[in-house]
Amino acid sequence: MPAKSYLEEKQQYNGLDFADFFKKVTDDDILRVLVKDKITRMDFLKLLSPIAQKHLEEMAQRSRRDTIRNFGYTMQLFTPMYIADYCDNFCVYCGFNHNNNINRRCLTMDEIAKEAENIAQTGLKNILVLTGESIKYSPVDYILEAVKVLRKYFDSVSIEVYSFSQEDYVRAVEAGVDGMTMFQECYNKDIYRTLHPGGPKANYEYRLDAPERACKAGLRNVNVGALLGLNEWREEAFFTGVHADYLQHKYKDVEIAVSTPRMRPCSAGYAPRSIVEDIDLVQYITALRIFLPRAGLTLSTRERPQMRDHLVKMGITKISGGVTVAAGGHTKGDDDGQFEISDPRSVAQMAQMLYAEGYQPVYKDWQTLI
Amino acid sequence: MINKLEADSLKIGKETLKSRLFIGTGKFSNNKKMPEIIHAGNASVVTVALRRVDQKSTEENILDNIPKDVILMPNTSGARTAKEAIRIAHLAKAMGCGDWIKIEVISDNRYLLPDNQETLLATEALVKEGFTVLPYISPELMTAKRLEDAGAAAVMPFAAPIGSNRGLRTKELVQILIDEIDVPIIVDAGIGRPSEAAECMEMGAAAVLVNTAVATAGNPLKMAEAFSLAVAAGRTAFLAGTGRVLSAGASASSPLTGFLRKEEA
Repeated sequence: MPAKSYLEEKQQYNGLDFADFFKKVTDDDILRVLVKDKITRMDFLKLLSPIAQKHLEEMAQRSRRDTIRNFGYTMQLFTPMYIADYCDNFCVYCGFNHNNNINRRCLTMDEIAKEAENIAQTGLKNILVLTGESIKYSPVDYILEAVKVLRKYFDSVSIEVYSFSQEDYVRAVEAGVDGMTMFQECYNKDIYRTLHPGGPKANYEYRLDAPERACKAGLRNVNVGALLGLNEWREEAFFTGVHADYLQHKYKDVEIAVSTPRMRPCSAGYAPRSIVEDIDLVQYITALRIFLPRAGLTLSTRERPQMRDHLVKMGITKISGGVTVAAGGHTKGDDDGQFEISDPRSVAQMAQMLYAEGYQPVYKDWQTLI
Repeated sequence: MINKLEADSLKIGKETLKSRLFIGTGKFSNNKKMPEIIHAGNASVVTVALRRVDQKSTEENILDNIPKDVILMPNTSGARTAKEAIRIAHLAKAMGCGDWIKIEVISDNRYLLPDNQETLLATEALVKEGFTVLPYISPELMTAKRLEDAGAAAVMPFAAPIGSNRGLRTKELVQILIDEIDVPIIVDAGIGRPSEAAECMEMGAAAVLVNTAVATAGNPLKMAEAFSLAVAAGRTAFLAGTGRVLSAGASASSPLTGFLRKEEA
């Protein structure tokens, strides 16, 4: 019997002592994993071990091969569009924290159309809509109304908003939403509680179950991720990969993707609890690719240009360009954003970089059929 | 005397094809390289995922890079149900992509294996509407038979999962389709090397479709040419009739049927 939820699935790892597991992993173990066609969850964890960093070049080579075999020399482009930043949550690491004193905005439908027009000029045919979580300013109805406007400008619309009920995800599908992104932020429940002291997002289980509700509701694409820096990254990386594996196995008709965001400075002024170095991020991305050869891997502008240019060659399948993380940023410019971005390049500049690296930029990968 | 090539040409729907190599377009590093690669492979049919077609784009419309002398076969990649595949076929027609359609219905994102039942439903509906339908399937005789009965112009079983480059893993099943199905069998997906394409053709496949093997080759142009040669070689071998290869097992020292001749005497 498959587990009823990821919460249940995850319970089998309750007794897992990560430090002890990693201590026992040997070079031979890593080499054995790297020649296997299909690796298990525990093999994936071996690839996340400190000792696996000695074999990073082999991991990167395999990751590149697997990615090219499955996705070719192509790279999807996307950009986020923040339409509201009012928020009822108190996430200690986020610039939109309810207590933060920033200029809040909630775009009108006319303003959304204007933003859409500006973004559409870059040639992008898909859009990712983001909001804070505010019952008053960005209820489900407001988001779905925005989707209706955006569909006039884009072939495909995805959302990265707060957790919906399954009924609301069904409504989103009916409104023409193709995909959703939901970062659990932190898979460790105890730490999650300290990071999310109030607001609806404080409910760990409800958020953990959101990607599965989206799968059940019929979304085409579901993207999960942990915000790296909030907890020991190896544990978070493992539970993110297993989450994607669980969903991919159970909901075969849904395209499951993973993001690997590293914490960036923001107006909340929160210092990461665990530092994730470049080498760690490379290890995480390449291990994910070897574990889940068909999963999309999304990379944001939290990473700096040089890092992004390298990462597209070893596992990434989707990358952002022309990014602003402020509501209305595509019209009014970028202040009071959710966090500081590291790569200011435009969509055209990203396309240029991709061509130079031997990749076909993909502006359109789906057309909503509703 | 009839030109031998003409006599052997493959006919699908209303079209007589100039070669037996089909090329997929989804994995190339630059769409602008497509015309050269298609010509290097002397491909007769080129398949394009409609999900990627962007007619409003002046620079990035893949259709602008498909030569006029090949047959355009849009595919329904991304469809998870027959209904979605039918919808995509309609969009393709509305975009002026002709009436060929490769049905791809996939509701498994781990291996990208096709859903034979939904594929059959979509084929039945689209044939009735006048499309030239080429369904992509898991090689399975009864499905292929029903597709043939429904009016599919060809049947396209995979050699191995898409993008796996693993070669002709489904050989026994594909051979059964070649032997039992009267419409052309086109081996699609999984072929990693020209020698494997040649093997498919030697077995009697009508054509092969490749994408990953060419797109991810060190030199895609040369690899397209290699596939073209391999497909032609395999086809010629099939027509020549491969030599008899005895299966394992010793032959009895005295003839088993000798007694028949003794009785005759």
